Amino acid sequence: MKRLVCVLLMLVAGRLGAADFDYRLTAVQVAKDVYAFIGKTEDFSTDNGGNIVNTAFIVAAQGVIVIDSGPSLRYGQQMRRAIASVTAKPIALVINTHHHPDHFLGNQAFADVPIAALAETRNGIAADGNAFAENLYRMSGDWMKGTEVQLPGKTLSAGIVDVAGRRLRLVALDGHTGADLVVVDPASGVVFAGDLAFNGRAPTTPHADVAHWLLALEQLEGLTREAGFKVLLPGHGAPTADAAPIRQTRAWLTWLSGAMRAAAKDGLDMNDVLARPLPAEFASLPVAASEYRRSVGHLFPAAELQALGAKP
Amino acid sequence: MKYPLTIAAIALAALMPPAEAAALRESGDPLDSARWSEMQKAFLAGAPVLFDPRVKVVAPSTAENPMQVPVTVDATALSGVAEVVVFADFNPIVQVLRFFPEDAPAFLGFRVKLQQSTPVRAAVRTADGVWHVGGTWVNTVGGGCTAPSAAGGSKEWQQRLNEVSGRQWSEGPNAGRLRMRIVHPMDTGLVAGTPAFFLEEINFADASGKRLMRVQTYEPVSENPVFTLQRATADGPVEASGRDNNGNAFKARIAQ
Repeated sequence: MKRLVCVLLMLVAGRLGAADFDYRLTAVQVAKDVYAFIGKTEDFSTDNGGNIVNTAFIVAAQGVIVIDSGPSLRYGQQMRRAIASVTAKPIALVINTHHHPDHFLGNQAFADVPIAALAETRNGIAADGNAFAENLYRMSGDWMKGTEVQLPGKTLSAGIVDVAGRRLRLVALDGHTGADLVVVDPASGVVFAGDLAFNGRAPTTPHADVAHWLLALEQLEGLTREAGFKVLLPGHGAPTADAAPIRQTRAWLTWLSGAMRAAAKDGLDMNDVLARPLPAEFASLPVAASEYRRSVGHLFPAAELQALGAKP
Repeated sequence: MKYPLTIAAIALAALMPPAEAAALRESGDPLDSARWSEMQKAFLAGAPVLFDPRVKVVAPSTAENPMQVPVTVDATALSGVAEVVVFADFNPIVQVLRFFPEDAPAFLGFRVKLQQSTPVRAAVRTADGVWHVGGTWVNTVGGGCTAPSAAGGSKEWQQRLNEVSGRQWSEGPNAGRLRMRIVHPMDTGLVAGTPAFFLEEINFADASGKRLMRVQTYEPVSENPVFTLQRATADGPVEASGRDNNGNAFKARIAQ
């Protein structure tokens, strides 16, 4: 009887677990002084509360450098607490790698410290931030409670910067969005790739310029060939000690853009394109089917324009 | 079954595969929409109606972009199609378009602006006066009809208004297909300060001047409309002509 009550209590607690809005963030050490919170390779849902993204922090000599702040105020707050359990050092700087909501909507929890991004990312957040947040309220539900857009107040540009006594190399690329920042931490050998690289999850393309993205991947792969490289942290999916996520992202994008061009050239209508099965190589990738459908909406119209001989 | 089928419907069912015949019904909206009776009154008043699985309406169950929701209507399984009316029950402007497949198969692909989740339906009138209705639900985050057109943000469309591009396919799996795009803002009139401004009529004719299809378009058709037609035989160029509600006319030749 006692055992049954225990089991029942555990079941109830398990149910409550989903509703206590605790992301259960655990800092994973990926290199010396570098930690990451690894999100699920899923789409936004009321179950995961938007914890589908990787965020990270570097414990520098004079403070902590945070790279991306997650999908909600609650995430930002919980992330900050989880950082405090690793180090007592103050947060010195928060960096947003690009203007997608799962990477900056935790900014509010860091409103008392400098938040920085590339100029175009700052503009993107100012222009689209509220619409993005609204969309996440719809998809993640009450996990979003209280979340508002907190704009980055500082502008970053490419080059070497010194933050809290740590020398970082900022590489400004684009293609996943109009501005994608890659942060290289030479002291640890970690390359923070943002959403230019996805690992074990289909890439998202709502603001993608695929040709630019493929060029950016070349540069990113170059960074992994440099002496001292140790870890690549993709924006989504597990970190790796090699360039595998870059190759995976490139393979998906190359196939996707080629498939759109070929479909348009063959006279397919958008619904025909949506109905196409995924090649075996990609079909088993998490969220491949849903990202494919979204990407058809993003990328097919331009391919169609070209096939119909219209001016862009 | 709650209501018996009429003799005409029973006769029809006898000619169909059992699975499709089982889905035929005269009442009880299969999409279970609260607005069905209003739709029936508005578009099909007084005429016999059959929910008919042979009317295929293809659209994504979730629309990624509510401004450009692809819809394909295929009623080629029916014979004697006189008219097809396409409407979306919960759109602020429900009527999307009508088409009259004269010498072309009853098939049309296009894109539509949806304001909220809604059934998208095609009612197909056959020569015997019966409306055959098919449809599908589309879920969308909305904003499709009250968001400004992209053209509203630039002046370039004024120079390119009614610019037509397109081509036909004479070989391969899509032989007989024709696709056409027209530059037009297709403003709904639901955005403050922007009056309704949309294409009203498009005619497709073959090289001999014989009309393949007449299409009446309304405000919910997406900006810079793209149409997909299927010709029975791909035989020479097609002339597309039409006008918008301000009287701007166009005429273009779509080569084969």
